[in-house]
Amino acid sequence: MKGKLKFWLPAGIFVVLTVVLGIGLTLDPREVPSPLIDEPAPPFQLSRLSDPATSFAPADMRGKVWVLNVWASWCVSCRAEHEVLKVLAAEKLVPIVGLNYKDRPQDARQWLDRLGDPYELSVMDNDGRAGIDWGVYGVPETFIIDQQGTIRYKHIGPVDLPALTQVLIPKIKTLTQEASRSSVRRS
Amino acid sequence: MRTYMPALALVLFLVASFDAHAVIEVRNFDDPAKQELYEEIINELRCLVCQNQNLAASNAALAKDLRRQAYEMIQEGADKSQIRDYMTARYGDFVLYRPPVKATTLALWIGPIVLLVVGIAIVVLVARRRGTVEELPEEERQQARKLLED
Repeated sequence: MKGKLKFWLPAGIFVVLTVVLGIGLTLDPREVPSPLIDEPAPPFQLSRLSDPATSFAPADMRGKVWVLNVWASWCVSCRAEHEVLKVLAAEKLVPIVGLNYKDRPQDARQWLDRLGDPYELSVMDNDGRAGIDWGVYGVPETFIIDQQGTIRYKHIGPVDLPALTQVLIPKIKTLTQEASRSSVRRS
Repeated sequence: MRTYMPALALVLFLVASFDAHAVIEVRNFDDPAKQELYEEIINELRCLVCQNQNLAASNAALAKDLRRQAYEMIQEGADKSQIRDYMTARYGDFVLYRPPVKATTLALWIGPIVLLVVGIAIVVLVARRRGTVEELPEEERQQARKLLED
């Protein structure tokens, strides 16, 4: 009995530790869960990058499923993500709104001119205040907002093609289906 | 070489201390209580970009913005819990270096105590076992005696 314990106790501790540490390895500590999931999208009223005289607010999107993508011309991984966003834009599923975060407007415009513009529109958050309200801490970040104006999903870091096709697009499709079903019920 | 060591140490020390002060902007309040609250809160809030630093030590742009936010809220008369609520509403409990005790953070709070108790228990058990000499069963004792006599 005692001999058995001497073997099984360390073996058990080893197995538990291996499993716990193994799970730890698969987690990304940079991914902090957002408390804003399933919460109403924080409001802002910001000038558009293309036309600073006009502004945009999340409330303008009421009734639509849409995507908010936080980007900046100084952000290196945004450049890789940009190509993926163009793929999403080409699908014409939902409007993509850019939140141009702590950037210089002329740099941001140049960036879009050179690399292409997947955004329905971009707004300027030059001092990062809207970013704080949205809990932004690592650019790029991507939010999916449903037709009621509730944040349903947040992707931290650059969206790559697998994440786009396996996670984001299916999520967007179910949300748009939900939206059209509820609008049918209403009419 | 050895004579340079104190000088080298002094230089390194000075460089390190300059660095620590150079990163963060100075903010002054007219009210010393507000100043104290500001220092306290930025030491307690965690920077989300460089995750092992608090806002007071971090040079990240976001940390700077969050310090600005805390500064403005304090100037407007916010207290500590209002600032903490503001930050956790946006960034979750992660932003607090001292997270609240609740179901999801329970392991954080009681984990070290459990480990300590288990550790002490193991030490006590091992020490006790070492102290006692196990009695040989009569049969084995006779066997041993026989071997010794031969």
